[in-house]
Amino acid sequence: MSQLSLTDGDREQMLEAIGVASVAELFQDVPAAVRFQGRLDLEPALSEPELVRHLEELAARNVDTTRELSFLGAGIYDHYVPAVVDAVLQRGEFLTAYTPYQAELSQGVLQAIFEYQTAICELTGMDVSNASGYDGTTVAADACYVAKHATGRSRVVLAETLHPQVRQVVKTYAVGFGLEVVEVPHREGVTDLDLLTAALPDAAALIFQQPNFFGCLEPAPELAAAANDAGALPIAHVDPVSLGVLEAPGNYGCAMAIGEGQSAGNYQSYAGPHYGFLASKGEYTRRLPGRIIGETTDVDGERGYVLTLQTREQHIRRERATSNITTNQTLLALAGLVHLTWLGPHGLRELGETCMALGAYARQRLGREPAFAQRATFKELAIRVRGNARDVIAAAREHGVHPGYALGRDYEGMDDVLLVAVTEKRSPADIDRLADVLDEVGA
Amino acid sequence: MKLVYEKSKSGRRASTLPRYGLPSVEAPEELRRAEPPRLPELAEPELVRHFTELSTRNFGVDTGFYPLGSCTMKHNPRVNERLAMLPGFKDLHPCQEEDGAQGALELMWRLQEILQEVSGLHACSLQPAAGSQGELTGLMLMRAYFADRGEGERRDTIITADTAHGTNPASVTMAGYKLAKVGTDARGNLDLDDLRAKVDGRTAGLMLTNPSTLGLFDESISEVASIFHDAGSLLYYDGANLNAVCGISRPGDMGFDIVHINLHKTFSQPHGGGGPGGGPIVVRDRLEPFLPVPAVVRDGDRFRLDHDRPKSIGKVRGFTGPFGVFVRSYAYIRMYGPALREMSEVAVLNANYLLARLRDTYELPYDRLCMHEFVVSARKLKREHGVTALDVAKRLMDYGFHPPTIYFPLVVPEALMIEPTETEPKERLDAFADAMIAIAREAAENPELLREAPVSRPVRRLDEVKAAKRAIVKYGFEEHPDLSGEAGEARQLEVQKGA
Repeated sequence: MSQLSLTDGDREQMLEAIGVASVAELFQDVPAAVRFQGRLDLEPALSEPELVRHLEELAARNVDTTRELSFLGAGIYDHYVPAVVDAVLQRGEFLTAYTPYQAELSQGVLQAIFEYQTAICELTGMDVSNASGYDGTTVAADACYVAKHATGRSRVVLAETLHPQVRQVVKTYAVGFGLEVVEVPHREGVTDLDLLTAALPDAAALIFQQPNFFGCLEPAPELAAAANDAGALPIAHVDPVSLGVLEAPGNYGCAMAIGEGQSAGNYQSYAGPHYGFLASKGEYTRRLPGRIIGETTDVDGERGYVLTLQTREQHIRRERATSNITTNQTLLALAGLVHLTWLGPHGLRELGETCMALGAYARQRLGREPAFAQRATFKELAIRVRGNARDVIAAAREHGVHPGYALGRDYEGMDDVLLVAVTEKRSPADIDRLADVLDEVGA
Repeated sequence: MKLVYEKSKSGRRASTLPRYGLPSVEAPEELRRAEPPRLPELAEPELVRHFTELSTRNFGVDTGFYPLGSCTMKHNPRVNERLAMLPGFKDLHPCQEEDGAQGALELMWRLQEILQEVSGLHACSLQPAAGSQGELTGLMLMRAYFADRGEGERRDTIITADTAHGTNPASVTMAGYKLAKVGTDARGNLDLDDLRAKVDGRTAGLMLTNPSTLGLFDESISEVASIFHDAGSLLYYDGANLNAVCGISRPGDMGFDIVHINLHKTFSQPHGGGGPGGGPIVVRDRLEPFLPVPAVVRDGDRFRLDHDRPKSIGKVRGFTGPFGVFVRSYAYIRMYGPALREMSEVAVLNANYLLARLRDTYELPYDRLCMHEFVVSARKLKREHGVTALDVAKRLMDYGFHPPTIYFPLVVPEALMIEPTETEPKERLDAFADAMIAIAREAAENPELLREAPVSRPVRRLDEVKAAKRAIVKYGFEEHPDLSGEAGEARQLEVQKGA
């Protein structure tokens, strides 16, 4: 076995040093009643070349976004991942390390995550960011937990235009948190402000998404103000690559900003691993879940970085911890930092502008009725098609084009609505092709 | 070393992006970004150098021996990285129609089957993103199961061992349960008398790691299981230490009803400096209806996602879980096949050999053979020479090793928890044992060497109290308006320190 290094001679010497005659004897404390008899029923071992061939065959049965012209989005996007991201992530010193408990051996990842925290704070206008959560859904549940304890209230309000899976995960966690979850409907594509205002009294938090799940731009400052007026924490769920052109949530009154980091630095990878980010204003620092890196000095006065505010965490505080999270998504957050560094402030704005320009081109070129005509959009556009959107998807895929996401999967009365995503990787010619295929399939 | 923000100069950038020549569109004014984020501005050469230099200030399994107890820092085969980067995997969108994702669905289904076989249980969900999320999901399943039986109100308590990982009690609280703790007996097993006194009709279940965080297999596990099952309660297996028992003893056969498996430990997803991980859960058939949605199922030679599970707890993560982790773990297991048992055998052999080499020098709180890891105490060094487990750990860095886990489990004073894993050759184990023995000698002869350690790293011991008090958690742009002046001096210092 290529992963094991002991020779027969090694084994003999080691058994002798231990003072047992066989490897079997090492398991003498495992009672006979619970010992597994026989051999695991697993397929035979594969050599490395056979293994590669087997997985290549599996991979070939997927239709990925290099084999099909895809306009799928709905929370996971086909943005360009720069080559420098791959190069950094292949460094074994990052890839094969674990949580930097021993700071002197881990200054590389500690400093990198300190830089990541800074980048997230800059994007979101917040004072503190943790070192990452699992994804864009779980950070929403985390944020609810913070809000519950910060306000002493036990109800959270979610905009219906928040990603359906984010809402589902919050509801799953809410049972154990002792939180009631209320959802506020949209009106013509954005959160209904009157219904929201009515739902907010006594709420711990409001979570809304900007741009929202339909791709529309919410009147975010008004939503945040409504929440603040009611004493609820406004929490914005944002797309990191939108924040070169859209205002930072911290600059319009939000208490926290969360989101799915995939757009910044991660491949789609059938949904993971990615990272969720979670940042807040300074007053919530000591309630945040997960790792936080802080600056300090060593005994010589040299600057260095450590895991800090650890009295929040499970390994110290146990049942009174702010969260149970341990393993997080550091490597993917590092990818995010590298991508954001590659972009820089100008690249980030340019990327956002390109997405918006392509979105506008798609709106005009696709020629179909936008589901929410009067709303501004960022990189996704909901359009009405003829017939059921799922049928349109099936028909278009016959032509090598995946036209987008069927909103009827999650929303009643939207069976004919197709959510089309454009990233910088889709050219105007690609959009022309989508328009032609939609015409061809009679959508 | 400078921060990336301190290397930034206005006007530089690494990125090139398509422009397409389309008319520009601006966001409505009230939503438009007023001030740009202060992201770093570097061209590609210095960007690559920055992150390369950072990597040289880090230590991974690729760098050297990393016996961090409970974390299973084994070698991560490079072929797995290549496989996860196949376009058919890395560029696959999670909303792709099922007929365009058959390879991914089949891979997940196959991994589920394998995890069921290894754990001796019947149904699997790959959705949880890490071990601690697997724990929380398992507790949610217990809640749903008892609610379905009309016992939801009554069963409000979860029992954990005093040797448990901190995640266990933290998960209990997040799941809305009360916590009860059970002690450890003189052999390092669960204290059965204490347990019998605490298990009653209010008990929803037990969370247990077996082998425990002491690296000991609980010899009374069958009795433990009976106590809980007789009370109508469930048993949860924290799979953090599964690397010890693959093909040797299966959690389902031990009596556990719910298991989480840390794919990043036992099945070699690289730990990534803190993550990603994977925390699939595997359950007995009576708990299957409550698993997260969607389930990955097989219909003949087709694979699909089943959302129609009316009793499901719902979703705990987006989509179907961290797929890239599944690719690596599936590949890892396929390299072993049924010989997976040998992986665990060698993990246990390596740990016992290291224990044999160290037992005369460090105190052994429970004098038994160990499983895949063991815990020794530096209590004697502290009493006789005033050096602590922390000092031993820091000194190990100067010998080129990553230290073991220290001060855990909490029941052992001055604990050093050592897990070599199966992938280490005897020479590494010997070199580490030699270093540990040399350090004990230094503790007697020159304890200052330990208290001053490490001296060979880019930084020396860092002030954690100061870090928590000041809580500087991001770069202070305002406090560092222009750093070009002090750059020369800072550079010199770093060269002296061997950075």
